[in-house]
Amino acid sequence: MAGIGFPQGLALAARAAEADAQFTVEARFYDKLPYKKIKCKLCPRECVIDDRERGYCGVRENRGGTYYSLVYARVCAAHVDPIEKKPLFHFLPGSMAFSVATAGCNVNCKMCQNWDISQSRPEQLNSTYLPPKRLAGLARQYQCPSIAYTYSEPVVFCEYVLDSAEAGRDAGVKSVVVSGGYIQEEPLKQMCRRVDAIKIDLKGFTEKYYGQVVHGELKPVLNALVSIRKQGVWNEVVYLVIPTLNDSDAEFRGLAGWVKAELGPDVPLHFSRFHPDYLLKNLPPTPVATLERAKAICDAEGLHYVYIGNVPGHPAESTWCPNCRRAVVERAGFTVRAMHLDKGKCRFCHQTIPGIWGEAFHV
Amino acid sequence: MQSFYGCDSPLDAWKKVARPGEVVGLKVNCLSGRGASTNPVLVEAIAERLEQAGIPQKDIVIWDRLNSDLESAGYRVASRKDRIRCVGNDTAGYDTELTVFGSAGSLLSNTLAKTCDAVINLPVLKDHGIAGVTLALKNLFGAIHNPNKYHSNAGDPYVADVNMFAAIRQKVRLTICDGITAQYEGGPSYMPQWSWPYNGLMVAKDPVALDYTGWQIIERKRAEKGMKPLRELRREPLYIATAADAQHRLGTDDPRRIELVEV
Repeated sequence: MAGIGFPQGLALAARAAEADAQFTVEARFYDKLPYKKIKCKLCPRECVIDDRERGYCGVRENRGGTYYSLVYARVCAAHVDPIEKKPLFHFLPGSMAFSVATAGCNVNCKMCQNWDISQSRPEQLNSTYLPPKRLAGLARQYQCPSIAYTYSEPVVFCEYVLDSAEAGRDAGVKSVVVSGGYIQEEPLKQMCRRVDAIKIDLKGFTEKYYGQVVHGELKPVLNALVSIRKQGVWNEVVYLVIPTLNDSDAEFRGLAGWVKAELGPDVPLHFSRFHPDYLLKNLPPTPVATLERAKAICDAEGLHYVYIGNVPGHPAESTWCPNCRRAVVERAGFTVRAMHLDKGKCRFCHQTIPGIWGEAFHV
Repeated sequence: MQSFYGCDSPLDAWKKVARPGEVVGLKVNCLSGRGASTNPVLVEAIAERLEQAGIPQKDIVIWDRLNSDLESAGYRVASRKDRIRCVGNDTAGYDTELTVFGSAGSLLSNTLAKTCDAVINLPVLKDHGIAGVTLALKNLFGAIHNPNKYHSNAGDPYVADVNMFAAIRQKVRLTICDGITAQYEGGPSYMPQWSWPYNGLMVAKDPVALDYTGWQIIERKRAEKGMKPLRELRREPLYIATAADAQHRLGTDDPRRIELVEV
């Protein structure tokens, strides 16, 4: 168009394209379709995507019939966190995790605490290029025995997770994934082969809740949990309790029964307190009594490690030996105050406490 | 425009769209590159008319989601403030406050939320592989930071909800839908085998009426070509009816109340 051009625009576009290229790798899980369309095979949503369009996650794009991840090593958040913040309570307690995220998520939870990154596209956020070897090196530099893929949804930056976990292993650094578990079988298997622990946010226990609040499905998440269990990767489960939406006795009882039957009584189950955010600002924080009711129901159903989260100082933050009933890992918030474990066994009664314990705890 | 606004001259009509002193945004649809994007020649003509109506070049902004989309459709990204600007949301950025209505929660582009006082919506008459059709209402997905979240269920109710955002309702004054070349299948990507020269522009202040009318044009063309109606393909654009319902009231989808004037 005459009269509305300006060379600076081209320079800006060129810089943007250059920046984009370093974060762009071909996606590993998709099928090519006629007319340059593709079908994403990373998550159960199976987006069918036209040329130049992106999937639901907003971070994968069809370019001329080839599907690309736009978030490889495109880190928009990086922090050194206590592993208890994930939360992983039976995995190197007291250690720090070098925690990273990229933009994007494959669901859209109304209560998301990190919506500003999870619901954004990569170009809408400031990001740093942090390739896998550099990431592993930083974890070592900051004395973190693990890298945590967290904050947003690691499923959508799966390629980066897979390569970084391998780089971490080469450097003696473990990897943990904090995910909603909305993922297909094949990418999950590949992830399980490379990472050391996976924490799944089981956001509710009805399809209705998943449809209305999470904008996803429950069944694939349950399948993923069973698959993780079968593949022997350490797994913990978090259930965020939201007043009136997923806090009935029937849901807690159904959840406890399912976890015990499908995952076993030793899988740690965390009931977390909700705080109003994003699209759910109309509900109050979860009453502590509701969390205690959930724990009581699950204890009664025979689960051994049921925790209460986001209530600093609550006794149910600590790990209690299911045999002698004494605290074997004492916590206050994200801090480990004392550990009474000896090579994974209760120091008082020698009961084996399942988990990955290591030597990370320092008083 | 003269006929649409019932004025004595085209210039008088354009003066009803915006007043001098207002910044006017031209929201084009460029996702599909050349062929199925808002025609730059049409946009140039609109910009010229606005200038003649007293809107200086510096107060005209052509915008869409990405600079790269704009350039691939034949526009030149331009940021000089004394000329017509042409800018993607990726450069202009997004508001930091979340805007919420119904099922939708989004950050609005700064171009819409802060720069522009008035917007002329310039969609293309075309099919959409998920939402059924993409016309006036759907084109405003280009004003939010998270459009990929709102294509489920053929965009219903999300398209209607996004159009309820106050900045959109208050600033979009007119829709001119580019139907010079239209597409009845395979959208939003450009598929020349499913395009046809409709050779028309659709002008409306009611985006729902425009969408309903455009949808029917596409359905008629599909039927003529022996293709199934969108309903049978599970992509009937139900968001159009939602936009007209009592919770939204963005316009009418009742053909008895739509006055269709062909010029």
